[in-house]
Amino acid sequence: MPRVVVDVMLKPEILDPQGQAVANALPRLGVTDVASVRIGRRIEIEFAGEPDLERAREIADKLLANPVIEDFTIHAVEADEPVDARP
Amino acid sequence: MTARIGVVTFPGSLDDGDAARAVRIAGAEPVRLWHGDPDLHGVDGVVLPGGFSYGDYLRCGAIARFAPVMGTIVDAARGGLPVLGICNGFQILCEAHLLPGALTRNQHLHFRNRDQRLQVATTDTAWTNAFQPDQEILIPVKNGEGCYVADPATLDQLEAEGRVVARYVGGNPNGSQRDIAAITNQAGNVVGIMPHPEHAVEALTGPSLDGLGFFTSVLKHLVGAPA
Repeated sequence: MPRVVVDVMLKPEILDPQGQAVANALPRLGVTDVASVRIGRRIEIEFAGEPDLERAREIADKLLANPVIEDFTIHAVEADEPVDARP
Repeated sequence: MTARIGVVTFPGSLDDGDAARAVRIAGAEPVRLWHGDPDLHGVDGVVLPGGFSYGDYLRCGAIARFAPVMGTIVDAARGGLPVLGICNGFQILCEAHLLPGALTRNQHLHFRNRDQRLQVATTDTAWTNAFQPDQEILIPVKNGEGCYVADPATLDQLEAEGRVVARYVGGNPNGSQRDIAAITNQAGNVVGIMPHPEHAVEALTGPSLDGLGFFTSVLKHLVGAPA
């Protein structure tokens, strides 16, 4: 099925303690060249028919993201396209 | 006539029983409300209790906001119905846009569970009029996502309009901006508080009886004391 992917990220000015905790753990892996890590959420939506980006935007704005603290982006992916291949 | 205060149960609510008990100890009649029932059954005020509604999926309070009962509560709150959101209830009130800002993951990432001192910053609300200005109280705090955030303009506005209801003293348990523990809307009928007044209403189970003041306040408010 064609899917719509919604990526939700904390706004840049909102502290991300989870990301900080991950960044602080990286030196234990021997990784010392990472300046910062921020963690977001990826949501994949399958519509019964054609993917509807406007509808997805409405869903994201009302429920999937909290505009007080989060931004979101939306894009459609083809049915046979592995989502991981997206930039 | 005894005031009737509704206590909503969502899937995953934990403190609805204690909230109903606090209402009863304060001298009102608790009325249990169900998330799926939009009828408020004629209650004079509503408590949204603590817990993990809908498993805290997506964001705390994000899904509870769309429960059938919440549509009615949002309309009634805009019309002046006293509403107190405690912990998860505070998160739901922010998600429902009845209160500004949001509650995010504690800055240190740890769940905090302790008795917490607060300073009551305004007594000019439906839920805090029984306190003295600047009164210090001791009630339990227990949250993992209690860090209050809002943009600086909103924080300035809350302070300028006297809408910070309580602040943490003796240590901020979650990193909340400007030590904010509780806020109110412009009308003063809707209050969200992160710590738990309903757990401090009798000597056997609470660190104090200070929490009772929130529930006696709403009774004073309902009989016409200035909010």
